[in-house]
Amino acid sequence: MTAFTPWEGLAGGVMIGIAVIIWLALYGRVTGISGIVGGAFWHHQRSERSWRWFYLAGLVAGAGVYLRVRGALAGTYFLIDLQVGWWQMAVAGLLVGFGTRMSHGCTSGHGVCGLARLSSRSLVATVTFMLFGFATVFVLRHVVGAV
Amino acid sequence: MNKVIALFAGIVFGFGLGVGGMLDPAKVVNFLDLAGHWDPTLLFVMGGAVVVTLPAFWLAKRARRPLLTNVFRLPRRHDINWRLLTGAALFGVGWGLAGLCPGPAVAALASLQAPVLGFLAAMVVGQWLADRAGADSH
Repeated sequence: MTAFTPWEGLAGGVMIGIAVIIWLALYGRVTGISGIVGGAFWHHQRSERSWRWFYLAGLVAGAGVYLRVRGALAGTYFLIDLQVGWWQMAVAGLLVGFGTRMSHGCTSGHGVCGLARLSSRSLVATVTFMLFGFATVFVLRHVVGAV
Repeated sequence: MNKVIALFAGIVFGFGLGVGGMLDPAKVVNFLDLAGHWDPTLLFVMGGAVVVTLPAFWLAKRARRPLLTNVFRLPRRHDINWRLLTGAALFGVGWGLAGLCPGPAVAALASLQAPVLGFLAAMVVGQWLADRAGADSH
């Protein structure tokens, strides 16, 4: 069970929004992490690959700062609560990678930027991945009892 | 794209994921667990982000150009087809299974927990497979 944390949630969401706004205002692009990861590896232009690695490094650094500060305040290093083991992580990763590439976006690309742009395409994508997320957890937790 | 600015934007995003609780797959899966101990926090994270970015995208549509480059490069596709639906569905299943999506997965590397690397490696392979299969019809 995890605690419902609306204020931290909102604050975090606003920060994510600020990151999106910075990138939009300066470079006129949406922020879709699946595209940033994919492009970092697979874009044919080196100039398009290299900035992406810095963005991804920033993601890790920002999260690292958060985890350390939180760990210091709590007195113990904060571990994230992984839900499944190695092979399920691999299957999940494959599905997330394939699916986000196929649908051109993820929770940041479609769910945040797409919705904020009032894109019906992103709305459909978001509703779809949400529904399948709900269904998957329902089946795994309440039907199969696997997790 | 300036690398330092990219790094900075990434730091803000990553820190925001942390503050919002989205680094913790348990909170994500509990959001997706409508029949169980439902944790709505993710809705607030997404809501906070959308509320703040809505006016920004509205302004961007009316602006002539971004600040540091000459043209906006916003997605222009409007079509809703089976690839969008199937891709989103597959993504949703993977997301529900691990409670991780691309952003939090990358950021979670900071937790130094090895299985995250397994997820990410598989994710990159999955993207490559989708490109090979021409799955996105580009």
